[in-house]
Amino acid sequence: MAAYDWFFDTVGLREWCNASKSEGTMSMADLLAKAKGGASETSWWEVPFPSLDTLNKSCDSVMRTRDFTASIEQAFLGVKDNLKVVLDPITQPLSWMLDGALALFVGTPWWLLIALILMLTYYASRNVLVTIFVAFSFFLLAFIDHYTYAVQTLSIIFVCTILSVLFGVPLGIAMSKSNTFQRFTIPILDMLQTLPSFVYLIPLIFLFSVTESKLYGIAIIMYAIVPVVRLTDLGIRLVDKDVIEAADAFGMTSRQKLFGVEIPLALPNIMAGVNQTIMMALAMVVIASLVSAPGLGTLVLRGIRNLELGVGLVSGFAIVLLAVVLDRVSKASLARINAAQSH
Amino acid sequence: MGMDNVATENTINTAPSAPAKVVIRDLFKIFGSDPKMGLQQVRNGVNKTDLLDQHGQVLGLRDINVEMGEGQITVIMGLSGSGKSTLIRHLNRLIEPTAGEILVDGVDVMSYSATQLRELRQSQMSMVFQKFALLPHRTVLQNAGMAMRIRGDQEDAINAEAAKWLDRVGLQGVGNQYPHQLSGGMQQRVGIARALTSNAPIMLMDEAFSALDPLIRTDMQNLLLELQKDLHKTIVFITHDLDEALKIADHLVILKDGHIVQQGEPQDILLNPSDPYIEDFVGDINRARVLRARSVMEPLVGEPPADAQGQVDHDDTLESIIARSGGDISHGYVVTKDNVPVGTLNMTALLKALVPRISSDSGARNY
Ligand SMILES: Nc1ncnc2c1ncn2[C@@H]1O[C@H](COP(=O)(O)OP(=O)(O)O)[C@@H](O)[C@H]1O
Ligand SMILES: [Mg+2]
Repeated sequence: MAAYDWFFDTVGLREWCNASKSEGTMSMADLLAKAKGGASETSWWEVPFPSLDTLNKSCDSVMRTRDFTASIEQAFLGVKDNLKVVLDPITQPLSWMLDGALALFVGTPWWLLIALILMLTYYASRNVLVTIFVAFSFFLLAFIDHYTYAVQTLSIIFVCTILSVLFGVPLGIAMSKSNTFQRFTIPILDMLQTLPSFVYLIPLIFLFSVTESKLYGIAIIMYAIVPVVRLTDLGIRLVDKDVIEAADAFGMTSRQKLFGVEIPLALPNIMAGVNQTIMMALAMVVIASLVSAPGLGTLVLRGIRNLELGVGLVSGFAIVLLAVVLDRVSKASLARINAAQSH
Repeated sequence: MGMDNVATENTINTAPSAPAKVVIRDLFKIFGSDPKMGLQQVRNGVNKTDLLDQHGQVLGLRDINVEMGEGQITVIMGLSGSGKSTLIRHLNRLIEPTAGEILVDGVDVMSYSATQLRELRQSQMSMVFQKFALLPHRTVLQNAGMAMRIRGDQEDAINAEAAKWLDRVGLQGVGNQYPHQLSGGMQQRVGIARALTSNAPIMLMDEAFSALDPLIRTDMQNLLLELQKDLHKTIVFITHDLDEALKIADHLVILKDGHIVQQGEPQDILLNPSDPYIEDFVGDINRARVLRARSVMEPLVGEPPADAQGQVDHDDTLESIIARSGGDISHGYVVTKDNVPVGTLNMTALLKALVPRISSDSGARNY
């Protein structure tokens, strides 16, 4: 006699319950209960919460929690093949880009790549101190033989940031133009940002094979795209209403307004978003080493797995150094844009 | 304000009432969730305060009828919140009316498609803003050429035209600077150059000089009058400052709580305020500086009197006539227009005209 028999009896669902009476697999708890053979009355003090498992004891038609999770899995596996047909070709270029960039970055001689990076740094930031700092960091990383790992990490961040901006900026613009679209998008962005990164690795692992680089690419982009979307939306909404009115009063088309006024004036905010996107891509690329993303993260993982304290700490330090480099360079470029626009 | 300013004003105010370029008919604007209902209430006589308290709708404009003469400066004046900005934004449909017509060259702007409306804004109406509203990321030259660039003109032509108008408003050699590097007065000169470069016959100016220091402001008013002498644009000018309004207006429209209290020739309004509200307004004005001989003179009957102390032009200000008389109130003058006698003016009548009317009585016109 289980705790909630009375409920199904009074509501008149007994027949429905008995209809699917089956001797399926029993849980350990069921077996134990059966062995005790106790059809004891439960006292009110010990009444269990009417969870799926408890209700199942009174009525076989109610599914148990493990059946529930299993059915979710089944449902997911059911649509998986169809989803794959659509998603695989769409996302395939991502794998090519990631693999291509990786091969290119690693294949370039170290002196050439470092020189290019330094030139890019100076061009973007126009700041000698930052450039010197970047040079110092790369030589240090190379000196302790972390150069290749760092460059692998960098290549992934490079591809993922470019794609985040490519998709995020138009998305942010669309959000700034439509309140309805914004209302609909913000909860999704909130979710992407608050979900622990491990959680959305799970469906991705099912959807794509762990050996494909697009798996971690998607995970990183989903996580890192959020700030650039948000700040593009915000930036465009914050553009001086008077200037927008002037643009309208002189008969600009919405296209002229977007490219001639709104995006240029929102640029400081958009660049702040890009800075955050880069930092989040770095955070995620370390975690993504769990799903075979190469780079510094694999060293951290090795440190944890094999309890190699030194390896873990040094690679952790390398990640911090890389983070500071990326942050300084993007902030310095941002400062340059702000200075050019100060008004 | 010196004598040379007075001279510029003279030439403008002689313009006879011109054919209407812009006509506003039966215009109503209600802001809120249910403008149609608000409109019904307002037509039934509900006033602005009650409309807001009882129906939650804001009365923007009520029953506006104005004709703006071609080549004239129509000034719309009123206190803050009286609906001036709302009114001027109806002309280029930055704000859509709840009811009414806006005719430009006889065509209702409300019938325009989106493309026609853009065309109107690009080449028929330019606008100058209180907060300048220049593009901060573009140089002064690029800002001045904005309207032509929007229209898609040739870059060379744009820059030549923009440079020409920058010169004309007194901004030589700053074309390559950015707006934030200029003072407020200079920025507004760029704003005016931008409006002129568009070469539109109608120019809308929403409190264009209100953000400027008094001295700069006087400069800008003189600049505008001087430009207008050559350009003959149809200008709609908004201000909350009566001195400014009287200085530049050919036609003055006074707004209060979204409706027109009085409109007409500025001199007329000054001498015949129709309403205690306007009497209040005009009470503080230096009337000697604003009133002119033609508004105060006796029309000439027969021959000009022989005992007159001399001739004054019909557009001379009373201030200049007082200066000429040396304060002798026994003097009398013959008023001439284009050197033909049109009236007589004695100092006693002149002095009477300087006293603001306290209560509304009739027949004030012929002091
Ligand atoms: N978008 C709007 N929504 C609601 N009320 C408005 C809006 N724009 C203007 N108003 C109201 O209309 C009235 C006139 O405003 P405005 O034309 O800006 O006055 P002014 O330019 O004379 O200072 C004010 O009471 C203002 O609160
Ligand atoms: Mg205003």
